[in-house]
Amino acid sequence: MRQLMLGNAAVARGLYEAGCCVISSYPGTPSTEITEEAVKFPEIYCEWAPNEKVAMEVAFGACLAGKRSFCAMKHVGLNVAADPLYTMSYTGVNAGLVIGVADDPGMHSSQNEQDSRHHAIAAKVPMLEPSDSAEALAFAKLAYELSEQFDTPVLLKMCTRVAHSQSLVELSDRAEPEMKPYEKQIAKYVMMPGNAIRRHPLVEERTRKLIDYAETSPVNRVEMGGTKMGIITSSTSYQYVKEVFGDTVSVLKLGMANPLPVKLIKDFACKVEKLVVVEEMDPIIENHCKALGLAVSGKDALPMEGEFSQNLVAEKLGGAVHTGRSIDDPIPPRPPVMCAGCPHRGLFYTLSKNKVTVLGDIGCYTLGAVAPLSAMDMTLCMGASISAIHGFNKARGAESEGKTVAVIGDSTVMHSGMTGLANIAYNQSNSTVIILDNSITGMTGHQQNPTTGYNIKGDPAGKIDLEALCKAMGFQRVRVVDPYDLKATDAAIKEELAADEPSVIISRRPCALLKYVKHEAPLTVDTAKCVGCRSCMKIGCPAISIKEGKAHVDATLCVGCGVCEQLCGVKAFQSTKKEG
Amino acid sequence: METKNIMIVGVGGQGSLLASKLLGHLLMEQGYDVKVSEVHGMSQRGGSVVTYVRYGDKVSSPVIDKGEADYIVSFELLEAARWLSYLKPDGQIVTSTQQIDPMPVITGAASYPENLVEKMRSAGAKVDALDCLKLAEEAGSAKAVNIVLMGRLSHYFDLPDQAWQESLEAMVPPKFLELNKRAFALGKNA
Repeated sequence: MRQLMLGNAAVARGLYEAGCCVISSYPGTPSTEITEEAVKFPEIYCEWAPNEKVAMEVAFGACLAGKRSFCAMKHVGLNVAADPLYTMSYTGVNAGLVIGVADDPGMHSSQNEQDSRHHAIAAKVPMLEPSDSAEALAFAKLAYELSEQFDTPVLLKMCTRVAHSQSLVELSDRAEPEMKPYEKQIAKYVMMPGNAIRRHPLVEERTRKLIDYAETSPVNRVEMGGTKMGIITSSTSYQYVKEVFGDTVSVLKLGMANPLPVKLIKDFACKVEKLVVVEEMDPIIENHCKALGLAVSGKDALPMEGEFSQNLVAEKLGGAVHTGRSIDDPIPPRPPVMCAGCPHRGLFYTLSKNKVTVLGDIGCYTLGAVAPLSAMDMTLCMGASISAIHGFNKARGAESEGKTVAVIGDSTVMHSGMTGLANIAYNQSNSTVIILDNSITGMTGHQQNPTTGYNIKGDPAGKIDLEALCKAMGFQRVRVVDPYDLKATDAAIKEELAADEPSVIISRRPCALLKYVKHEAPLTVDTAKCVGCRSCMKIGCPAISIKEGKAHVDATLCVGCGVCEQLCGVKAFQSTKKEG
Repeated sequence: METKNIMIVGVGGQGSLLASKLLGHLLMEQGYDVKVSEVHGMSQRGGSVVTYVRYGDKVSSPVIDKGEADYIVSFELLEAARWLSYLKPDGQIVTSTQQIDPMPVITGAASYPENLVEKMRSAGAKVDALDCLKLAEEAGSAKAVNIVLMGRLSHYFDLPDQAWQESLEAMVPPKFLELNKRAFALGKNA
């Protein structure tokens, strides 16, 4: 059956068809839908883990026990899980183990643009790299065969354009591989030095065998066309090359990013007049070619940063570039903003008003850095807010303790915040941590987490009590505040900053986009009362604008949260709720 | 057949994913190779969003580049203007006349350009502009702007109404089907 399918859904379908039984993942754009689609198959056990390291270790445990398993993460998540990955390369697997990792060239929804092929090379683990949904499905299945044949975890690398593009796939039935017997093998699975020393040569031997495989496998294929130019490419770059040049050039399309073939590349280079590598981000294939002594063009013409497109490839390599028309007016940008009714807004307004230094974290609340709130000083990676405030306060002492906070979401605190909290409690800094508890993992599109009380299927699950957790870690001052209540939020921040010991403020209100959250009637502005002072504009709500000198509320966006109302000195805002 | 390109542009949260699902289904059912490229994640939070729909005998790239779009379907006027350079010389814009101020306009750091429809026409673009929000509300929900736009777009396609109706039935939950059929008809006949 032919279907139009999202790349990530095609990976999930491939996992299903390969007989995968256990999936543990942490959400992260652009990888999230793999697990969200996989959970729709009752044959596969799926879960959201607290972070990628846990997810990968769960998948490892399941493969050790004898079932095909999987974990998915975004590129930066692979850094978190790098520790188990590098040693799983030594232990190898029992049943097949596949790791989905999704890069984000162009940084549509990420804090950096790192190229996860480096991890595959450094961990000495094979990596497959599909270029559309049909390959995503096929490569997910192939990855299990390679994993079991070569006794290795296999990385399946997606990128935003493959993960979030729909293209046609053909479906097959699910295979049900026999569960592998579990055998105690201390020399293979207990990686203490004496054993690891014996495993390392096997890893090098495996890489040599995988290079032999890469030479002849159909996963790497030559498409001969015109021989004036020969292009080595992979992933979505292959699609841009075909779009621009069709059959007028020859193409070596690499479906396996690690290890790279040697003879195949040398033979291809011999058949063409000019050799060019087209790859997004870092020059990994290009450097491999240079190490083989080949004259090759690549990053001398094409950029290291950002996504490619057909026009970019055409412009840099001499194809036909399309151009369009424009109007003379400057078009104002439309950056993402916190939604109308977002519970984070009241909190960030209060932080901004109090001129507090804010060490931020990863989530929707990173948008607190956007004008007019501009209430963030740093965002680095998951959990860094809490660790960094401790260092900041240790460095500056009392001077900063009273005017610096860390802000971190409920899911992020579960992911990487608890160890930072332990450090504050243990090494004793007078730091103030604000947990923005909106009862969901927001930015990635509403995934449950250990604090929400529900699992990936929406069924009731274990629920971690944030107040009890912080108290158990040694925080005596733990208080909860509703960020819609500006007065209470202001008091909480002032008091906890003034306190002479570490404290946690839990700013608690569910995300306004959650289906169960009931919205109030939209507000309206009494233009007779409004004096046009723009006080309400300080919160950066997308539902409020100034029309003819007076505040105006867009009724289609407003959810009646009432934060603007609290800033109005002349009581110009009114509810449109019908009386009685 | 040479690959045809449709861009769907708007503001995050306006419902472009359903519009692209509908088009994807419709074009696949006509036997075409189809690729649809979407935006998920941070940009969806009220930012400028774009979806690419490409179809033909064999589609390679999942994205549409400058000067390549046969159609730009826009939920919002400023977004139509933002993506104007992606239109082919003889391409067609189908846009709602709704205006949503972006944050730099709300804060007063920038202004919303005036008379955008006329300016785009002066630049040589064919522009079909209509108040889709009003028509969607007439159909029963402000959220049906996406389907009003699809109804309008169907004007420019040489496909039987039956094919569009079947894709609506396949892609829209039964509870909202009648509402969306009304929205489609209002857009088509406007």
